[in-house]
Amino acid sequence: MNQVLLDKIESEQFRKTPADFSVGDTVRVHTKVVEGDKERIQIFSGVVIGKRGHGLNETFTVRRISYGEGVERVFPIHSPRVEKVEVERHGAVRRAKLTYLRQRLGKAATLVKEKETHAAKTGNSQGA
Amino acid sequence: MPLGLLGKKLGQTQVYDAKGVLTPVTVVLAGPNRVLQCKTDKTDGYNAVQLGFDDQKERRVTKPLLGHLKKFNGPAVKRVKEFRDFSKEVKPGEAVGAGLFAPGDYVDAIGVTKGRGFEGVVGRHAFRGGDATHGAKGWHRRSGAIGQRLFPGTVMRGMRMPGHMGQVKRTVQNLQVVAVREAENVLLIKGAIPGAEGDYVVIREAKKRPKGWRPHAERPENVKKSEGKKK
Repeated sequence: MNQVLLDKIESEQFRKTPADFSVGDTVRVHTKVVEGDKERIQIFSGVVIGKRGHGLNETFTVRRISYGEGVERVFPIHSPRVEKVEVERHGAVRRAKLTYLRQRLGKAATLVKEKETHAAKTGNSQGA
Repeated sequence: MPLGLLGKKLGQTQVYDAKGVLTPVTVVLAGPNRVLQCKTDKTDGYNAVQLGFDDQKERRVTKPLLGHLKKFNGPAVKRVKEFRDFSKEVKPGEAVGAGLFAPGDYVDAIGVTKGRGFEGVVGRHAFRGGDATHGAKGWHRRSGAIGQRLFPGTVMRGMRMPGHMGQVKRTVQNLQVVAVREAENVLLIKGAIPGAEGDYVVIREAKKRPKGWRPHAERPENVKKSEGKKK
């Protein structure tokens, strides 16, 4: 019974509309930033290279190349500071954690094949 | 001790506060607390309120306690505790609960710590012990010397040694109430509270409040100031 109550307290804080993205997607994360008294939205865009945890503790890591330097940021999925997560494009990946992107430089680090085109291709070949 | 409650520790979780910061909280079931005897200066020589918590089958309560409970129209309860100078007006037979406190209040939590059994000096007193390697042999978690020479020729009193650890009453002061859920009679208190899940705890108004604290009624207009001072 106690666990039911604890779960309830946690689940009440979950995001109302769960962000629909997966590992390999290129996303734009809108975060609320407080500067003095003002609040503004900051956008961090990059590739989702992993998710971990579950429930209220679930986080995801976004990697991007900024001025030639790799930058990774970890966001809690249910944090109220994360305004929304926009998916720019879906990526076709075969790993749960894309740590191999850290070794890649230049274009190779950002380019992940688009899922839809991949699916379309296979669909065509099967049809023909 | 102006306000207090008997409660039960249910467990720990996390909540996001207004600023979006994830805060660790202990969930405490804090009611219903049955009001029993209300002692007054006139009749008893001091002011106090007795509270009973955790309803129980009548046959499991000792007869003397049951007689006392019946006298004040209270049901059979597991725990009874007296709070002196209770600042809220209550009458025997009433029930009080989590609603006694409000978010932002500072409370002290009193509980019995988890028993650790017979514990060595490293666990009990945080002694360093010895090296694990570098030729160390059989001298890893010992305390070392406990005295001097022929003078004083005895071990000083209070020398820290292995022994029983835990299962003692401990108070944690100035914990903040993060949220009050009156529907479930539950308090969310920031930080950890002594004891295991399911243990009884006493939640009382903090005796020594932190600097910048203001009474509840004055708070709304001073919310920003007091929040700034807390940190």
